[in-house]
Order: sequence, then structure tokens, then C-alpha cells
Amino acid sequence: MTAVVEPAWRGRGINWQRWRLLAIGGLLVAIVVVCAVFADLVAPYSPYDLDVASMLQGPSAAHWLGTDEVGRDVLSRAIFAARISVEVALVAVGVGLIGGTIIGILAAYFGGWIDLALMRLMELLFSFPAILLAVILLASLGTNILNAMLAIGIIFIPGFSRLARAATNGVLRQQYIDAARTIGMSDARIVVREILPNVVTPLLVEAAVAFAYAVLLESALSFLGLGAQPPEPSWGNMLNTGRGFMGQAPWLSIVPGMAMFLCVLGFNLLGDGLRDAFDPHLRE
Amino acid sequence: MVRAHCRNDRPPSLAIDRLRVEIATRRGPARVIDDVSLEVWPGEIVGVIGESGSGKTMTALSLLGLMPRRARIAAGEIRLGSDTITHLPDAARRRLRGSRIAFIPQDALRALNPVLRVDLQVGEPANIHRRTPWEQAKARAVELLRAVHLREPEQRAREYPHQFSGGMQQRAMIAMGLALEPELLIADEPTTALDVTVQAQVLKLLREIRDTHGTAILFITHDLGVIAELCDWVYVMYAGAMLEQGPVGRLFAQPAHPYTQMLLRATPTVRTVQAELLSIPGQIPQPFELPAGCRFADRCPHRFGRCASEPPHLGIEDEHTARCWLLESLAASPAAAS
Repeated sequence: MTAVVEPAWRGRGINWQRWRLLAIGGLLVAIVVVCAVFADLVAPYSPYDLDVASMLQGPSAAHWLGTDEVGRDVLSRAIFAARISVEVALVAVGVGLIGGTIIGILAAYFGGWIDLALMRLMELLFSFPAILLAVILLASLGTNILNAMLAIGIIFIPGFSRLARAATNGVLRQQYIDAARTIGMSDARIVVREILPNVVTPLLVEAAVAFAYAVLLESALSFLGLGAQPPEPSWGNMLNTGRGFMGQAPWLSIVPGMAMFLCVLGFNLLGDGLRDAFDPHLRE
Repeated sequence: MVRAHCRNDRPPSLAIDRLRVEIATRRGPARVIDDVSLEVWPGEIVGVIGESGSGKTMTALSLLGLMPRRARIAAGEIRLGSDTITHLPDAARRRLRGSRIAFIPQDALRALNPVLRVDLQVGEPANIHRRTPWEQAKARAVELLRAVHLREPEQRAREYPHQFSGGMQQRAMIAMGLALEPELLIADEPTTALDVTVQAQVLKLLREIRDTHGTAILFITHDLGVIAELCDWVYVMYAGAMLEQGPVGRLFAQPAHPYTQMLLRATPTVRTVQAELLSIPGQIPQPFELPAGCRFADRCPHRFGRCASEPPHLGIEDEHTARCWLLESLAASPAAAS
């Protein structure tokens, strides 16, 4: 990664105006990631322990964000839900990024009918609304959290593949590709050594934005009961249970909603900040 | 034919024999290289001169096996040392590039990968062709950079191409070309993008490489001055064909072909104070509408009946030859030609 980053920063002072987005986004993402990784240490209670004596209590000193309909601590559940969200997003974005990059680079590099076939396939995937495609995939694969990760990943493949293809087409016009051929590089080596390092930056920026979308999609699927299965906490299924208690216990909906909002905001800001930092057109 | 200044115990490093390259176009096959013969002997620097579109870069690409997809070798033969490489399969062709034939491009900065450090790129040929581990390849890269007289090669090797000056980038490209001690170095206008002082340094370096390694160098340029300074032998290319060839001294002293004569006269020098820069009127013919006779006929001041109807021949048997009817109709003596 450093090999990619360094030349872009040569001889320029850091412009904090522009880095503000990156800082705020980074902070929010850091909070979510810390919650996800250290959920056992951060959460005050177990997310599964029932306590019928204290159900549907409002925020208090003992339960900062109240308790749910079976007396579980909402804060703890929201923190553990971050773990699921980050896990799902990580795997899904990984699937989308790797799959899309391979397809995009192959399409651009070989061109012709390979390009045509791969890109038409991508357009086919693209033509379905994301959530509908996820539901179709989950219906055929079976509902569990692993398949949800896979389904969300497949939704991301067309976007990444288009980006990778466009970036590769730009790189292929560069003379260093011709020069690589003159020293006897094979196609595989050209892809790995010459193309990949030159297209990785926009793809990573896109990955940060896709991360936010993955969190939303996971929540949506869990809300519909297709993602994380109860009693596993997820912002989506918490929101779904909270729906029934909107009047008496609004915190049941507000807490997972806010958590989702901050997480998605964080990844979006991070994505925008990264794009600004790397986009040569926005650099003075 | 063995040239006077060359050792004759080895075959020529490169021999092109009556090569014809055609590109398929909508208007039929275009002959971009037509009946071109050329030899480069070990330890010799051979210049190919021609204007844009004369086919000199296409000649280089045909040697590398990197012609555009729609181009093909229609006739002729290319020999590298004692091996015929005209119709080698792609994989075999690839193994030659970077190991036995090296190429130095015109624009070194754009030919270097911007995101990889210089030592990785200079060490790359060894890793590709000899599977040298990267640590050794990088150490070798430092040695190569030292050999092309880059200052502080240890530090410089860890830098990125954009941190290099134009001359240093070109040195790095030359170092990359030399990595596996190729028999043949093809340089396609390597000094065009450089300023004059740096250009002189690069030329000096190429001459030094020839002297120390005995590398045969094919130098492609449109700059007569560079040819005069660097080359032993020169070929003049025009519209895909060779018009004249010979030792640099003789060709410059007594250019035989009207085109070469005009080319020499069109080059401004300190001695010829000209009121106006000379140019050759007209344009190079397009490869799909080549004239039946001499290709230079429509721009030639000395043309006569035969020029338009029959193409003149060029042999490489004699030391200094030209493709012009004028020379055959007059007695083929240098005095008559000039």
C-alpha cells in the first residue's frame, strides 16, 4: 500500500481542510471497528442474557440505553451487532472487490468477445435492484449469515468490475505496458506487476463506500429475517423487534438506527475523504 | 558481406533479409515495410534514419515481435545471430525480448511504471528470464545503475521514476536493457526527448556499452547529427523502403540518392547560414497508395521517365548503395551521383 501512496504525496504539505472528512470518517469507523473487535470488553452486559425482571426499561444508570422486550441490555446488543455488521461487510466487500477486480481486469486486458461476454453478464446483475437480487440469491442458497455475506458480495461485483475495467483500460494505453512487453513480460506478470498496482487506488476508495452500503444491506436483510438469525444481535433484526414497541419503548428502534447511521456515515466520509486525497483532478 | 570495421568470425547479430510487412486495412493490405534488408554486426552501431511514417519504428517492432495485431510478415526473414526468428511462436518470441534483444524507447519516463521503485524495474528482466530472486535482482539493479554512471546508485535505486531527471530515466532504461547482456540493443529515438547536453551523455554511454560489451546497436532516429556522431553504418528509409545505405563517412560525404542529398541539405548547420530553412516539398506517400515506380519520384527534382514506371533496386553487395535509376543510367561512380 505504501508503494502506491507515496508518489501521490510527493512534495506537498498536508491540507487539513481536505483531510477533515477523512479524520471524522476515520474516527467513526474506528469506533465501530473497536466495538466490533473488542465487543466482549466494551459491552457492559452479555447480549444474550435475559432478565425478565427488567424488561422494556428506559435508559438508566444500570442500562444506559435501556433494555428490550426480554430484558437484554440494548447498548450491549448494539455493540455486538457491530461485530456482525463489520464481519458481513468485510467478507462481502472482499468478495465484491476480488471478484470484480479479476473480472474487470480480464475484460479490459483481453478485450473482444471476452470483454463483451463478461460486461453483458455484469449488466445483467446490475439490472436487478440490489435488495431483490439479494433475496433471490438467499432464497436459492438458503438463509444464513454466510450466504448473506456471499449474496451482498455478488451484488458488489458488477460495480467493482466496471471500475476495474475502466481503470485498466486507462493503464493499458500507457507506454509502460508496451515497455513491459519489450522486456519479455508475460500477460500474467503484466497484470500483476504493471496493471494491478496502478488500478488499486480507485478500487480501495470504492471499497470504503461499498462498506457503508454493505452495512445497510446486511441490516435490510436481517430486518427481513434473511440475515443474522435471532438471538444473534444485528442492527437490522433489533430494528425489526423495536418496530413492535415503537410507542412504549422507542429506544429499541432509535439505538440500532443511530448505530447504523453513524457507521454508514463514517464509511461514506472515509470513502469521500480517500477519494479526494487520491483524486489527481482535485489536487492543486 | 563483411564490413571492413567488423570482426568476421561471427555471423551478424541481426540480419533482415527482404522483409515485407503488411497491415490489413479497409483499403486492402498496406505495405508498411517493403523489401527491407539490413544487417547489424557484433560491436557495430547502425543507424536507421527516416521521417515520420517511413517505417523505421515498425521495423523495430517486427524485430521484437510486437507489431500491431493486424500487421503480419508477408515475406522475408529475420535472423538473430544464427537463429531465424521470423515466424517464432509468441512464447518463444517473448523469451527473446529482454534477454537477447533489448529495446530502449523514446520517452523513458512514460516507459517506467510510476508506482514501482526503479530497482524493481531494472531488476525485472533477470527475474523474468532467469528467475533470479528479487533480493539478488535488486542488488544487480544497483550494479547496473552504477554501470550506466548513475550517481549514488544505492540511494537512487530505491526511488520512484518521477524522482529522476530525464537523463537519469533514460539511463535507467538503458540499465534495464543491459540487464541480461543482450546481443542486440534497439534504440528508438532514445535521445529525442532529452536536451542537447544530456543527449550527448547518453550517446557517449551507448558508445561505451558497444565498446565494453560488444553489443550490436540498432539506432533509430530522424536526427542526422546523432547518426553522424554515433553510428558506423547508416540506412536511409523512406515510405517503408530502404533508399540508400553505406558507411556513415561515405554516405555523408557523397550522398548518392537525391532524397539523402536533400535530407542533408535540409539539416541546418552552423556553416550553412541559410536565409530560409530548406525543406523537401511534398509528402511521404501513404502505404496503401504506393507509386508503381520509385517512391520518392513525386518529390524528386531529378526524376525522369523511368522513375514513375519501374522501382529501382537496391543490393547490399556493395559497400555503399542507393535505390535510384539516376545512378544506373549514369556510370555508378560517386562523382556522377553527386
